[in-house]
Amino acid sequence: MSNDIFVWIEQFRGQPAGPSWEAIGTARRLCQQTGGKVCACLFGQGVAGLAQEAIAYGADKVFLADDATLADFRVEPYAALLAGLAREHQPAVILLGATTRGRDLGPAVAADLETGCVADCTALEFMDGQLVATRPIYAGKLLCTCTVPEKRPAIFTTRARAFPKPTPDASRSGEVITVPPALSEEQIPSKVVGFQESEGGVNLADAAIIVSGGRGVGGPEGFAPVRELAGVLKAAVGASRAAVDAGWIPYEHQVGQTGKTVSPDLYIACGISGAIQHQAGMRTAKVIVAINKDPEAPIFQLAHYGIVGDLFKVVPALTAALKERLG
Amino acid sequence: MHIVVCTKQTPDSAAKLTVDGAGNVSWGDSPIIINPWDEYAVEEALLIKERLGGEPKVTVISMGPEAALEALKHAIAMGCDEAVRIWDDGFASADTLGTAYVLAQAIARMGDVDLVLFGRSAIDSQTGQVAVEVARRLGFAPLTTVIKIAELDPAGRSITVERLLEQGRQIVRAPLPAVVGTTKGINEPRYPSFMGIRKATRAEYPLWSAADIGADPAKVSAGVRWERIFPPPAREGSAEIIQAETVEEAARLLVDKLLAEKVI
Repeated sequence: MSNDIFVWIEQFRGQPAGPSWEAIGTARRLCQQTGGKVCACLFGQGVAGLAQEAIAYGADKVFLADDATLADFRVEPYAALLAGLAREHQPAVILLGATTRGRDLGPAVAADLETGCVADCTALEFMDGQLVATRPIYAGKLLCTCTVPEKRPAIFTTRARAFPKPTPDASRSGEVITVPPALSEEQIPSKVVGFQESEGGVNLADAAIIVSGGRGVGGPEGFAPVRELAGVLKAAVGASRAAVDAGWIPYEHQVGQTGKTVSPDLYIACGISGAIQHQAGMRTAKVIVAINKDPEAPIFQLAHYGIVGDLFKVVPALTAALKERLG
Repeated sequence: MHIVVCTKQTPDSAAKLTVDGAGNVSWGDSPIIINPWDEYAVEEALLIKERLGGEPKVTVISMGPEAALEALKHAIAMGCDEAVRIWDDGFASADTLGTAYVLAQAIARMGDVDLVLFGRSAIDSQTGQVAVEVARRLGFAPLTTVIKIAELDPAGRSITVERLLEQGRQIVRAPLPAVVGTTKGINEPRYPSFMGIRKATRAEYPLWSAADIGADPAKVSAGVRWERIFPPPAREGSAEIIQAETVEEAARLLVDKLLAEKVI
């Protein structure tokens, strides 16, 4: 076994996923302690250009598989390839961003290699030679630390925005190793027959700023001022379960225990009381702003800044003030 | 057609949790319930059964100690046909690797399973890993975060699903047998009927041991070890409430704060 760390580089139609670079940065930091190499695993079709980007972000080596069978993410060809590379090169650790695909691929490879996969880590540190992961459980009401004490490679999926994104350095150099796919198309049972892009293309997990609406918005049209504020801030639009269950906005926007877990720099909760299930999805935001007419709303216990008032007055005023200041 | 739904028991999502110095989690007098995500999987199995004229058999299974009966009973009360609990002394330390191995062994023992359904994740340990690991163990098509089963053709042995990814919906066709991990939005789980609850009270809940499913105890061992459980650091103080003569002034003050925080 080596000290190397594999990092899976996720991409969709050639666009890399932010958590992959965060994972590369984390691998770089850990390898500085162990002397291992950071090996990026880049699979897709027509994605060779991302290999240099991976090196700029901190990879020493890139395993590049460029093939039509890898154009769309599918567990079967991706897991077979990543597990095969791990068998051949014996890394100590594999890191994947804890995105939907990463949380598929990590455990799939763990099952193939009969090793442990720690899901959705928010911190990774060496302690006494073991890599110790911290992760939220019970919807963030508790935290736990986990290790993969014996089996190798130890696999971890890292939560989006929980780890710093490194600054790319175009002068870094590294080795690009082209590898063939592990499976032919005939050997892959799943076929991707279509893709419907979500309206607005908003990705809550990656968003630096999220503006969310809750029961207080009162109806589907009540999201209009929320969307306007989000527009000025180039933010994603989120929602509480109450708003989703009422049918005012699609489930894709839901933040909370039964929706998405997000860690933006700024989370603005409009008309959201802040039930514990909602807090579970957004409590790790760096700065939380609550706008609610009920001064007793639990969201004010969690928020850093609050304005008590009618969101239909406060939110447009905030939009106007931002336009004024941000130009 | 034989559909298996995998489920587990969890503390209620509204439970106030405490943890003692030894890392034991307590949820007070909150009830143990079926993992709320699993209700979507049970509902989807029942909807498929109804669409196919009642022909498919729906079996609910759970790897767990006696408390797992709560999850099985709820699923039977919703309308599942049969339940099996799988447990052995050696299973207590299993992580997702060991759990997936046990469930896969049990499903393989049944021999005739066409579709395995899971909830998105358990609301307690929150890994969401078992579905895909079971699929890999069994060599079934791994279809997770499914928000819609667009087509299911038992005769043609195929299934088409819509998977919720960050950028949109990926539409995937796969052969049966398949593992489907459901997500919220796929359906609206029904409440158990009075008749269903009575049925659940009288139903049998056979227990399969490691020997029954031919599980090798060495393979049930965990890959992941939980070292310590602790409450998250408390937030210091409560919100700074911004007060001003007018809403416009309050908004401007808030913008100043956010600029100072460097988050906009």
